[in-house]
Amino acid sequence: MDYYNLLTTCAFIHLLVSIPYAYSNYVENKAGQFFSSGHTNNWAVLVCTSRFWFNYRHVANTLSVYRSVKRLGIPDSHIVLMLADDMACNYRNPKPATVFSHKNMELNVYGDDVEVDYRGYEVTVENFLRVLTGRLPPSTPRSKRLLSDDRSNILIYLTGHGGNGFLKFQDSEEISNMELADAFEQMWQKRRYNELLFIIDTCQGASMYERFYSPNLMALASSQVGEDSLSHQPDLAIGVHLMDKYTFYLLEFLEEVHPASQANMNDLFKVCPQSQCVSTPGHRTDLFQRNPGSVLITDFFGSVLLHDMKQLVADVSSQKPKQKDWHPPDGFILGLWTLILLVFFQTYGIKHLKHIF
Amino acid sequence: MDNSPKTENSLTIYPFVVPNLLISYCCILVMPEKQRGRYAALAIAAVVIVVGIPLWWKTTETYRAWLPFSEISELDSLQLQLSVDIEVVFSRGTLTPEQQKKFPLSHVNEKEHQVDVSIPELLTSPSTEADLSLHMLSESSCGSVVVYVIPESSTLLPEDVKVYVGQRRTALLRSPPFKTSWNLKEVLSNLDVEVEQVVSTMSFGHQDIVAALSNRVRMTKVTKESMADSMRAIKSSPGYEITFSLLNPDPKSHSLHWDIEGAVQSYIQPLLNKLAPIANFSVDSQILYYAVLGVNPRFDNSVSAYTLSADSLSHVINPVEARLGSNAASSNPVLNFLLYVPDAHHSPLFIRDHSKRKVPSNAFHSPRWGGIMVYNVNEMYGPEAERPVDININMAKVMGVFLAQLRLMLGVQHTHPPTGFVLQSPGSAGLADWELDRLLWSRSVENIATASTTITSLAQLLDQIGNIVINDNIAQQVSSAVTSLQSAVAELEAGNLAFALQYSREAILASERAFFDPSLLHLLYFPDDQKFAIYIPLFLPMCVPIVLSLLKIVSEAKKRRADKQAKSD
Repeated sequence: MDYYNLLTTCAFIHLLVSIPYAYSNYVENKAGQFFSSGHTNNWAVLVCTSRFWFNYRHVANTLSVYRSVKRLGIPDSHIVLMLADDMACNYRNPKPATVFSHKNMELNVYGDDVEVDYRGYEVTVENFLRVLTGRLPPSTPRSKRLLSDDRSNILIYLTGHGGNGFLKFQDSEEISNMELADAFEQMWQKRRYNELLFIIDTCQGASMYERFYSPNLMALASSQVGEDSLSHQPDLAIGVHLMDKYTFYLLEFLEEVHPASQANMNDLFKVCPQSQCVSTPGHRTDLFQRNPGSVLITDFFGSVLLHDMKQLVADVSSQKPKQKDWHPPDGFILGLWTLILLVFFQTYGIKHLKHIF
Repeated sequence: MDNSPKTENSLTIYPFVVPNLLISYCCILVMPEKQRGRYAALAIAAVVIVVGIPLWWKTTETYRAWLPFSEISELDSLQLQLSVDIEVVFSRGTLTPEQQKKFPLSHVNEKEHQVDVSIPELLTSPSTEADLSLHMLSESSCGSVVVYVIPESSTLLPEDVKVYVGQRRTALLRSPPFKTSWNLKEVLSNLDVEVEQVVSTMSFGHQDIVAALSNRVRMTKVTKESMADSMRAIKSSPGYEITFSLLNPDPKSHSLHWDIEGAVQSYIQPLLNKLAPIANFSVDSQILYYAVLGVNPRFDNSVSAYTLSADSLSHVINPVEARLGSNAASSNPVLNFLLYVPDAHHSPLFIRDHSKRKVPSNAFHSPRWGGIMVYNVNEMYGPEAERPVDININMAKVMGVFLAQLRLMLGVQHTHPPTGFVLQSPGSAGLADWELDRLLWSRSVENIATASTTITSLAQLLDQIGNIVINDNIAQQVSSAVTSLQSAVAELEAGNLAFALQYSREAILASERAFFDPSLLHLLYFPDDQKFAIYIPLFLPMCVPIVLSLLKIVSEAKKRRADKQAKSD
């Protein structure tokens, strides 16, 4: 009996694996090459991952970011818009060809100039990763490709249902935070971006940017690990919730931004504090070379083509991401199975197995 | 697609089950009861270990073709040696007879190569004829430079001009002052500096190579100009699309005609033909009606014209860009050239730079995107003319501006020639030979750097992630990329610029194709605990009885040996 207990505890201790997060040194060396670089073009990848009519708000989220980004100057040829379901022409939409973001139908974010690149069942984890890494079949048209180069600033916006470390696509598959981090690393290896802004509006969104390790990434999420992102208002005529809280206030903030505005990232971090959003939005800037206060909103959301070569400040602030929850170490299930086996044998005893032979 | 990891092959159960059953039945038939169990268990265990496990391992492994990892890691520490063939020709009167006598017939150092002392015939004024005759004297191959040194007091070049660079690969260098009493070494060392400056202008200098290697090498001293230069020139790509667009916001007043096809043939096509070894170019044109700029120009009373200030230029292009369109089939970068004819109410329209002065060409360009030129037509007709007014656009003037912008964007233009240098303009050829050489040098280096980075990062990626399937075609692309890279480096060392560029192009094409192959998608990420969770219910119920029976056999054997020991005692 004692021997078994000892074995169990030994197994558990043996399985406590710790994953090092200290990549800041590596990041500094790698990104130092680019600390004074600017960007010459902007791209945006906007993804809505949920289908079904009651996930109207996710499509509205994505379309409102799309609308802001277009208004601030990024052309359709530089936007990859992926919508997993069609809400505007859905059978259950009482106002066809519209997607509203405000109750009382104040703002129609669908507009009359929408170009959806990936629609319906084309929005899969595989296609999303292919777009990011560029590994598309040769027959893919130009509008479905992310043709960024080493001087592109890319905005990536994801919304849908998510959990701790994953994001659900189409109710049937999921993308993990490790896959996303690997995809960004592959983008970095091929110099497919200059700087990248990652915004995610899902439950426990902060878990998706925990594993990033490539340089020049800035991430924002609508909620921390363990918190849910809540939806904003239902509209009684349409019958569903129209927007999520975080993106609603983000849209409000972006409506004030115009192409020549000098609003910077610190203002973006203040969008939707806990009093408005109930969840706590989080952000991660330790992989980003520039000081967030000197990064303009239009660096990512707009397209300012000809610009002065500013002497950019290299201020590397090494903040490690705060781990609010204890995550079980890898191999936990292995230990669990070992425990189950040991208990099994202990209970039933080896002597009973003699009858088998 | 054969991306299946080890977990998806359930057929591997069969090799475990079937032989075991067979052997068990055989044992039942053949052996006496007491030994049956023991031998059956041993046989089953043997089959499992010898046949089952290797078969399961083999059928669930991912196919990975062999890649030349050792050669790829060699590429990581890339050392390029670029050698330029330089011929320095001394004309009559530059050296005193004593110095001439002592001149070595062939003097090779790592920067110069003097072939022999020849005395050419020179005309009185530097002009295209002189340049042509100099070119005839020595037919220089791609990448080489010929420098003719003329006496210090010669009147061939104007007073303040030190160097005259011709259209081909020749340059005239006024000899630096030296005393007749100096010996040869001092003369040559004095001349070295001058010749080096000429060569760095005509071939490549340190800054150019660093800029070409910018994605591999850390730029230590980043000046504003060098960063601006590196951002302006478009990245190396196998092909480019050039689009000329005529924007007519006011078709009611102006009916515009432009002979774009003829203009492209006579002005742009020669340049593109010369650049053919670097990339494929495709040119198209379009006319957009009712296309307005994103900014409302302000009326300036002092010049009684509308002006666009430099600050607002950033927002001018955005609404137009949405309508520009591009070729859907290719993913080549696009260079847009817009010709904007302002509407009648906002004519004339001038562009002002940061110091509020009028830009003479009335055009501006955006790095890596393209250029836009404003063409005022208000002076071509009076107020009484019948609307819409037929206007023929002067393509020569327009193409002059666009050609200059195109040269800047392709990286051809030498932005800051040193003082005392006169660079002959290439004229109708579009491109001087030495300018082409400059581009070839930087492109070869850039291609080699990019291709080697791609290959090394691909090798790293495939090494790190064990789950990716490496097909044969990818392995073949990688091998061909590696061999092309090695050939390109060798050709650069030997100084054969044309071959070096060709190999570097092949290398970059192969490496891009290998890196961006659609089958290399690491889609399935299996954390270890999930793998165990899948395998344990499958294999454990079968393996536990086998292991336990083996243990039992071992313990029985031990007991029998102990008994025998006791008996023998």
